[in-house]
Amino acid sequence: MRGRAVIAGIGHTAFGKLPGRSTISLNMEACRKAVADAGIDKDSVDALFVKVPTSRVEMMYGQKLAEAMGMTPRVGGVWDQGGASNISMISFAAMAIEAGQCDIALVTLADNPRTGTRQAYEKPWGDDAIFGWSSVVAGYAMIARRYLHDTGLSPDVFADIAIACRKHGANNPHAQLKLPLTRDMYADAAWVVEPLRRDDCCLVSDGAAAVVVMSAERAKALNVPAPVPILGFGQGHSSCDVPLRADLTETMAGVSARTAFKMAGLGPEHIDVAQIYDCFTITVAMTLEAYGFCRKGELASISADGGLEVGGRLPLNTSGGLLSETGMPGLQLVLEGVRQMRGTSVNQVKNAKTCIVSNQGGIMHTHSTLILGQ
Amino acid sequence: MSNMTSSEQQTPSSDWGPAGDEYWAALDAGRLTFQRCDTCGKPWLPPRSECPHCWSAEWRWEAAKGTATVVSWVIYHTAFDKRFKDRLPYNVAVVELDEGPRMVTNLVDLPEGEQDLIGRRVELVIQSDLGRALPRFRLSGTAP
Repeated sequence: MRGRAVIAGIGHTAFGKLPGRSTISLNMEACRKAVADAGIDKDSVDALFVKVPTSRVEMMYGQKLAEAMGMTPRVGGVWDQGGASNISMISFAAMAIEAGQCDIALVTLADNPRTGTRQAYEKPWGDDAIFGWSSVVAGYAMIARRYLHDTGLSPDVFADIAIACRKHGANNPHAQLKLPLTRDMYADAAWVVEPLRRDDCCLVSDGAAAVVVMSAERAKALNVPAPVPILGFGQGHSSCDVPLRADLTETMAGVSARTAFKMAGLGPEHIDVAQIYDCFTITVAMTLEAYGFCRKGELASISADGGLEVGGRLPLNTSGGLLSETGMPGLQLVLEGVRQMRGTSVNQVKNAKTCIVSNQGGIMHTHSTLILGQ
Repeated sequence: MSNMTSSEQQTPSSDWGPAGDEYWAALDAGRLTFQRCDTCGKPWLPPRSECPHCWSAEWRWEAAKGTATVVSWVIYHTAFDKRFKDRLPYNVAVVELDEGPRMVTNLVDLPEGEQDLIGRRVELVIQSDLGRALPRFRLSGTAP
């Protein structure tokens, strides 16, 4: 299936505070722009894959959105793997198209935890809430502490990741946080949940993003202006809660990446630019290791001396990622991957021919990988 | 759950099914318990209605010795759960009981400035707090 499906169009809303906008309205704006970007008629879309809005879960949301859009999709509904849903839905759309179940799919995500509710992210966890165990950041901090112990690294190892994302975001007119980060600012910031500091944590954002998926053949027939081939995809889901994982620093991200690399016929050495889900810096460190870009505990071998910045060994999150562009859970990373392959990023990597994108959800419960080409 | 108060904030969720009630009742009686499968023999926490290893619904409660090892721990500097605002900074830890099951807990009576707690041996101390008998742990030995 390598290269048989393409991302034909991308669209997104503004990021940050969007008071008074429903997730339906945000989804529709992103879809309207994605369809316009693909240069197709909205009535040609016959599949609607929707990520459940995390901050407010409601039944049959995919059908509510279809109704609002005047659609009766052949394939449609909500998929819930947290942030990993986005790439998973793109892969399901590609497979559904290949199987003749639909022709043109919209994959869309909207959320408004910034001005709406963010209750889902802060809720106490079941019976364990009585120990004060609550919040997503603490789950990642629990992993980060074990990671630092096992690798013998200092928490400052995460600074390179945050600095690269913030540097790229500072150039992005759409970024919610355009303030570049220095090593001193990073180290001086307060702990949120130790060992994670303020700048290790992603933004909280309202916004939406959408992509149009179709076959390469159809994109050609419809004269889609800038289709980007999907070379590979994969998934892997650790699923169990953090405390129960046999090794807190191992996830299914490696399985997800190997599946995608195998489909693409590529390896980490062939990747020119990476958009890695950076809900927290620890996630990036563990994902780059799991993907084979470096060995465990050897992040510095690629991140030191601006290695994650444009011009470096592995340019990372060139639109700013969740740490700088928008904390929205993940589809924006696919959009930036598409821009890199089109050559239209504000932080364009010269001669970039391949881009890997990671999405993940929960506290590393889910993971999905996408490889884009030209 | 004989000592439960009527306060909503102290009501446990039923995320893990009714088996959780017996877990808390045993703590009220001074015992930390876990479940062991009658079919495959494997132990687990938190309480649930089926064995996560072989899916059997046949299992029994077993009392833990109360000795464990620290898997990881964090220090909250932000009270995401406002009920813990007055306790900042406070720790939450994951420990592995010697019998195998893992659990979320708090480490208590920590010496000032303790930093590297992962791998340290700890022992159970059941404390009456928040209207509950809570299984917490304190350091029991020297660093490995």
